[in-house]
Amino acid sequence: MKVDRGLRWLVLLELLIPAALLTLGIYHGLMQVLYRAGWIRASEFWGLEYYQGLTLHGVVNALVFTTFFAVAFGNILVPYLLKMRYNMKVAWFSFALMLTGTLFASWAILSRKASVLYTFYPPLKAHPLFYIGLALVVIGSWVAFFNWIPVYLRWRRENPDKKTPIGIVGLFVQFIVWTIASVAVAYEIVFMLIPWSMGWVETVNAELARTLFWMFGHPLVYFWLLGAYIMYYAMLPKVAGGKLYSDFAARLVFMLFILFSMPVGVHHQFTDPSIGHNWKLLHTFFTYLVFIPSFLTAFTLAASLEYAGRKNGGNGLFGWWLRLPWFRTDGNKWLFSYFIAGLFIFIFGGISGLVQASYSVNLLVHNTSWVPGHFHMTVAGPVFLAFTGMMLYIVHRLTGREIPFRRFTVLVPYMWMIGIALFSWGLMRGGLHGEPRRTNLGLSYLNPDSPLYMPDWKLYTAITAVGGIIMFTAMLIYFIQLFGMFFSKKTGDGTIEFPIAEPYHDENVPWVLNFRPWIIVLLIIVAIAYTPVIIDVMQSTFGGSPPYSPENPIPLR
Amino acid sequence: MDRAERIALTLAGILTTTAFLGIVFAAYGMGVMVPTSIKDMKPFERDTVIQISDRHYEIHYIARMWTFFPQEVKIPVGSTVDIYLTSKDIIHGFNIHEKAVNLMAIPNAVNHVRVTFDREGEYRIVCHEYCGIGHQMMSAKIVVYNPEVEDEGG
Repeated sequence: MKVDRGLRWLVLLELLIPAALLTLGIYHGLMQVLYRAGWIRASEFWGLEYYQGLTLHGVVNALVFTTFFAVAFGNILVPYLLKMRYNMKVAWFSFALMLTGTLFASWAILSRKASVLYTFYPPLKAHPLFYIGLALVVIGSWVAFFNWIPVYLRWRRENPDKKTPIGIVGLFVQFIVWTIASVAVAYEIVFMLIPWSMGWVETVNAELARTLFWMFGHPLVYFWLLGAYIMYYAMLPKVAGGKLYSDFAARLVFMLFILFSMPVGVHHQFTDPSIGHNWKLLHTFFTYLVFIPSFLTAFTLAASLEYAGRKNGGNGLFGWWLRLPWFRTDGNKWLFSYFIAGLFIFIFGGISGLVQASYSVNLLVHNTSWVPGHFHMTVAGPVFLAFTGMMLYIVHRLTGREIPFRRFTVLVPYMWMIGIALFSWGLMRGGLHGEPRRTNLGLSYLNPDSPLYMPDWKLYTAITAVGGIIMFTAMLIYFIQLFGMFFSKKTGDGTIEFPIAEPYHDENVPWVLNFRPWIIVLLIIVAIAYTPVIIDVMQSTFGGSPPYSPENPIPLR
Repeated sequence: MDRAERIALTLAGILTTTAFLGIVFAAYGMGVMVPTSIKDMKPFERDTVIQISDRHYEIHYIARMWTFFPQEVKIPVGSTVDIYLTSKDIIHGFNIHEKAVNLMAIPNAVNHVRVTFDREGEYRIVCHEYCGIGHQMMSAKIVVYNPEVEDEGG
């Protein structure tokens, strides 16, 4: 597809601005493992305080980078797959909102006015611009989505006999989940936190805010994952040299994500007071239903890869494994390494998720380092590798410039995979021995001079640190390639093509084609799952809380 | 859907159902419960340790930046303890080392769990939710002793 100047700049800016911030977020990822292993025993290093850096790491890596990438990816995928243009003015407006929001939130964090972590649980209070900034990022992403809807509807009218391309189905499911779920956090921010942080209202109900956050917080995870799923279903089979095994399975999986993405948030709150245990069990049930599309995905992707391997000349039970483009660096084949490394990590990310979502089993691991061990194998595994790999590809194609040290492109994801295996193993093993997450361990539990010293955790935090250092090194190579591209020679013409897979089994099943019935059922399920939870919270909390600074036990007013 | 796909889907369904039934059994058959909502108890103002009977205690914990009250509790081995927990300021965590006691301390709400200490020793309580710059120092302990040994030693 030929890309005109406006669209090129829009997409490049939406990718490269968060990428620049991401270097800072990743830098503090490295610092955290060093603090946690007790190799740094201080509250700050080079002017960045531990919890300030942790806030930055979470907000930049998990909220800003992912949201910007999702919007940029959609902004290029919609015109590519539907061959129609959306309104560029609206697209620039959405970018402006998100950029302003990012600048607000970054300023608040970097000037130490918002060390509240990316979950920003009240009554810890951040600067109002932190909340306003986050709200603007969310609203900006809504604007981008609403800009694609009329294009999609026009395409549907003009192509009544065609099925919507899988990539568009995935993209729309991703943004439907995101838009509906972020209503909860928008309510929390706009009607509770902003007025409270400005001093217009005295108190805030901490448990209600927390419940609303997780009503958004878990669908957020699927918002990330669905971005990777778009690539796995629409592109991975093609890159591997084959076809998507089942068109129907892909559509079914995406539609099931609409249903089960949202009525699950209470599984983050199993150890909370104020929510009846029966409702916690109901949310466990819905969480378990999510495993059906996950297993279906595992099957469909494996079957697609087997088809590709056999088509490439592989035989026998395992022979086809050898015929996949593991280390190919030509054309777009290197994307395979990013996809497959992410999928290997995701196996363990998925299983550890199943463990910790298991109601009473959660009591062993809740808020221990097991949890970041798990979610780094989802969001920092398949999601991160798919996003960074695709970012490299899009920038490479849109600038027309060659990727420097091209052979290293396949090194980065496998290195990352090894790094994260060590990193997450250390965190999860430590978590089973009670190692807390989100804690500057070097100052107390990993400091032999402290009365709180916990020698049990020494080995696990050290392994985590080694894993973190490997991950950081992989990203160092990545960023040299990404930003080094601007100094390398121009070989392309600035056009972009995506590897889009054909279906192998192409069944026509009408009930997975239309979003509307699935959205209606979702709203019903959410009402069933959340009405009793909110009632419980309202009946078993007694009053609100004044704001606190993270630095002082005396309330701010 | 072809045959392989149907088999995969069926197996996934069986696996998920079995695992979920296991959870239900653990919860209702074996009584491993997660905290529930307490509507008839207002958050307490002071921490206390109450001995209800010979081997039954009630501890009212207060979490605040950056400590727990009471800091140290001594109880005889084999005691069952009803732990009630609230926070006086912001959100904290409450995790007893090597015990499946895992609670969130939320201001203006009361959390509860019942736990039995069958083994002697010192049990460390760690705050596992970020609660400001002193979070990594927030800790307490429960000492479980053997009263017979102590009597002999005078």
